Amino acid sequence: MTAKTNLREQDGPYFGDYGGRFVPESLIAALDQLEEVYSQAKADPSFAKELDELNQTYVGRPSIITEVPKFAALAGDIRVFLKREDLNHTGSHKINNVIGQALLAKRMGKKRIIAETGAGQHGVASATAAALFGLECVVYMGEVDTQRQALNVARMKLLGAEVIPVTTGSRTLKDAINEALRDWVANVDDTHYLLGTVAGPHPFPTIVRDFHSVIGREARDQMLNDFGFLPDVVAACVGGGSNAIGLFHAFLDDEEVALWGFEAAGEGMDTMRHAATLSKGKVGVLHGAKSYMLQDEDGQTIESHSISAGLDYPGVGPEHSWLKDLNRAQYFGISDDEAMQALRALSQTEGIIPAIETAHALAGVIKYGSTLPSGATVLLNLSGRGDKDMETVGKYFGFLE
Amino acid sequence: MSKTETLLNTLAQKGEDALIGYFPAGYPTMSDSVEACVAMCESGIDILELGVPYSDPVMDGLVIQVATEQALANGFKLNGFFELLKEISSRVDTPVLVMSYWNPILQYGVERFAKDLKGAGGAGLITPDLIPDEATDWLKFSDELDLDRVFMATPSSSQERLNQVARLSRGFIYAVSTMGITGAREDLDAKARGVVSGVKSTTTKVPVCVGIGISTAEQVSEVNSYADGAIVGSVFIKAYRDGGVEELKKTVRKLKGGK
Repeated sequence: MTAKTNLREQDGPYFGDYGGRFVPESLIAALDQLEEVYSQAKADPSFAKELDELNQTYVGRPSIITEVPKFAALAGDIRVFLKREDLNHTGSHKINNVIGQALLAKRMGKKRIIAETGAGQHGVASATAAALFGLECVVYMGEVDTQRQALNVARMKLLGAEVIPVTTGSRTLKDAINEALRDWVANVDDTHYLLGTVAGPHPFPTIVRDFHSVIGREARDQMLNDFGFLPDVVAACVGGGSNAIGLFHAFLDDEEVALWGFEAAGEGMDTMRHAATLSKGKVGVLHGAKSYMLQDEDGQTIESHSISAGLDYPGVGPEHSWLKDLNRAQYFGISDDEAMQALRALSQTEGIIPAIETAHALAGVIKYGSTLPSGATVLLNLSGRGDKDMETVGKYFGFLE
Repeated sequence: MSKTETLLNTLAQKGEDALIGYFPAGYPTMSDSVEACVAMCESGIDILELGVPYSDPVMDGLVIQVATEQALANGFKLNGFFELLKEISSRVDTPVLVMSYWNPILQYGVERFAKDLKGAGGAGLITPDLIPDEATDWLKFSDELDLDRVFMATPSSSQERLNQVARLSRGFIYAVSTMGITGAREDLDAKARGVVSGVKSTTTKVPVCVGIGISTAEQVSEVNSYADGAIVGSVFIKAYRDGGVEELKKTVRKLKGGK
């Protein structure tokens, strides 16, 4: 990549060969409407103003940057900076997209929102926005995830949302998306599907990315203004890919900045039990978009596995597939255990308890940081806090025995 | 002209109702599904819609989801699918259209799938999650092999999109009767009539059949009064699930004799 690139300007429906709208005809009118309303909103200064105000007075933006030298020492002679999305209201980056889409739902006159959730962070954020804007909210969540993230189920219910456990298929995030799509097909007139990641049919990958791109815009300015340089590496965990795209996007055309995405390798990249879609998957169509995905030779989706519910997804957003093929971003697998050790390491070196999802990126920096030259700088998206994971963590390390 | 269109036109001229019946391949096993499909054809369905089980069937309700999950659990594979299709089409004259979500076809190869479909005696393909806008390869190979290609028309489709669906479909056009997924509903949505008249207002000569939510003989008859056929699925699976081939045959006869 020698010439100045303009990757940042790429919008859907296609990112290279990826993306599109592989959905039932029943949804096309709703996707067209969403695209139209979003394009009007983008052109309307009052929309940006309302979003900015909510970001400042409700979400708590801008999120701060914390340098973590003791953690960085574990990774070699480098400096590590955390973009603290864990400090947002509701505890993760997910709120950025939810506030934006809830405003769009209001503009479309839709009174009901539905959402899928894996770890529960997007479900909690959606339930929060529904409470704030007075919308009815239904959250679909795989039955397996309702058990491993019981605390988030309680939070959603407290916020007034209905949580529907999904009992078909693998009973995880992928099946929650199927069920949300079925609901949307049936109720598209009065319902907005508040999709929580940069996957799904156009225009979702573009819209969700745009609402999360505030992460990278802020972080890029903060690095330049507070520290006087751009980082050598920008790093994030990748499930569907929303927090990673949110951070990467502002840096896409900074060719000197490397982009590292860390997927869940579960029990290992050489086992069948992982969620390393970009590293181990093949191109196919899942949930409305063409992208890398985990599948067998017949195109049947293979169930993913990760200790982290939020990364336990056999697909990935189309823009990541495009960035991978362009070699603009590199994607690596991080095992359950590597992530858990990194989670404990950040907690004990810096007093910051990250979500298990986020811990995959932390583990990636420990694992690959030593390949960087002395004094290199890494900016990492600390996408969520770990409170929701205390049961899993407690069991893993034997704290609850 | 497509064999499917000729058949539907002939039925319409004779004033007979057309019944299109769905059944998933491999449910509950490969050989059981052959017998069930042949029994449906022999009991009176006019067109067979043979489903390819898929892990993420977003257009299907619970009855079909459970059946196709079972087919997959029992080892359904695409490499045995075309033999199954060949056996059915060699035993009955009924046109067989394959209903498949897009990813299995994409992985098999669109051209290869089209050729094997043709070679096994299939009439064409119904694609619930492939809109014409994304169907460049399928449009090409279905033209080359003269295969039916059934796209969906829905209550939310703009007239412009109905025009496109009408122009690019062959065999029949699948009008979705209500905003929703497959599964029996008590009252057929009046929206079905709107979709059918929207499609009929185009220049198309392709027949329009109505599906999703049809479960009774009265509904089959009602749909046939303004459309060219009624598509039924979940009720047949329930009948087979609860009473085997005999109950399935009985249900087909009941629905076919709707008047």
